[in-house]
Amino acid sequence: MDAFAAQFLDLEVMQRYLPDIIDGLWVTIALALLVIVTGLVLGLALAVIRAFQIRVINLAIVGFVDVFRALPPLVILVIFYFALPIIGLTWSGFVCAWVALSLVLASFAEEIYWAGITSVHKGQWEASRSTGLSFVETLFYVVLPQAVRLTIPPLTNRTIAITKNTALASVIAVQEMLTVAQTSLAYAANTSPLTMAAIGYLLIFLPLVILSRWIERKFAWKH
Amino acid sequence: MSNGNVVEVVDLHKSFGDLEVLKGVNVTVAPQELVFVIGPSGSGKSTMLRCCNLLEQPTSGSVLIHGQDITVAGVDINRIRTHIGMVFQSFNLYPHMTAIGNVALALRKVKKMQRGEAEDRAHQALRRVGLDEKALSHPNELSGGQQQRVAIARAIAMEPDVILFDEPTSALDPELVGSVLAVMHSLRDDGMTMVVVSHEMRFAQDAADRVLFMDEGEIVERGTPDEIFKNTQHARTREFLARVTDH
Repeated sequence: MDAFAAQFLDLEVMQRYLPDIIDGLWVTIALALLVIVTGLVLGLALAVIRAFQIRVINLAIVGFVDVFRALPPLVILVIFYFALPIIGLTWSGFVCAWVALSLVLASFAEEIYWAGITSVHKGQWEASRSTGLSFVETLFYVVLPQAVRLTIPPLTNRTIAITKNTALASVIAVQEMLTVAQTSLAYAANTSPLTMAAIGYLLIFLPLVILSRWIERKFAWKH
Repeated sequence: MSNGNVVEVVDLHKSFGDLEVLKGVNVTVAPQELVFVIGPSGSGKSTMLRCCNLLEQPTSGSVLIHGQDITVAGVDINRIRTHIGMVFQSFNLYPHMTAIGNVALALRKVKKMQRGEAEDRAHQALRRVGLDEKALSHPNELSGGQQQRVAIARAIAMEPDVILFDEPTSALDPELVGSVLAVMHSLRDDGMTMVVVSHEMRFAQDAADRVLFMDEGEIVERGTPDEIFKNTQHARTREFLARVTDH
């Protein structure tokens, strides 16, 4: 037990690397928020575009979504970081991670929103259209508010699962929390910085999990 | 131009794939008339009704609203639909909105009324169906009969020229049917033009100006309620009436 404490809970090491870990924590939080907002907005936009049922565009959306759901996020991250410079695009590791994870979240989110849109009863469309609302008005005022509510539980789960992948950005030299922890670990020859990172992740994601549960309850309604 | 009819259905055909559901239907609905459509399930009566506001696109034939053919290209169907109310078998209220929100939505978004004006009008419509005290209830807090009356309020708030009723009481528990029929009856008494597809034969007897009997995509017989219910000329009508009134 003492050996464990010395290796994982060395207070002196923790104190020394705390400022660095906190810097990393902010990077992780910034990346996570950017990915959540970009991914969810882009996913919703794609689902709305898909609702117009334009064949060519829908094929493109489904193709994009399937590819980004199939590839491991780590592979996408690495490809963006190492392959894009070859075609003249040099993005920082942070931007690569932001774009890559946002596209992954957007792909899953699009599928979830789309499932929500299609599960709204046909009678809702008909009732709205019969009073003179257009297709677009019906989509925005009648269908989407119901679809989004239906999708909240799967969407929050998926959002958390993908946002945790910000830790993958450590392989492309983004100074997020895990990268900082690993660097500190190497310097200190002690794994206590990793313990701090774990606590840091709990600080970020536990509130997110609790928030998602609250949102699910708030927006649930009985049929 | 118009010969005064609110709705005129001319030689209407509708096929779903190989299945011909409507085989040349002709119907006219005069102002303030209540036309009641009966017939076995699958006879095409709901499809005929849904063609009147183009929820179904006819395969051929035309539908005239106040003399204007709405099946031709270039018609602003959203504008036409504001003149044609519809009430559905399954109510189709918007579950994320209150009763008054349901009634006011099209007033605000289509008729472009300010919130206050739309809500005044919506309250009026809810009073008309006897449910103004439920204005702030959500559909899940209302009984089936109340939901259907809110749906009727949603239709009448637009002040349409005609309301189409597609089996408005078929999804209701028997004890809730009466309240919906009472509202429909009072609309009729106020001179609302109505086309009603339903199995409520007693209501038809009381309230209908004309009854159409449809079977296999055609109108087999038409006449006053007495002519159809008491003195039918057709074996198919007689068989149908015997089946639905036997129990």
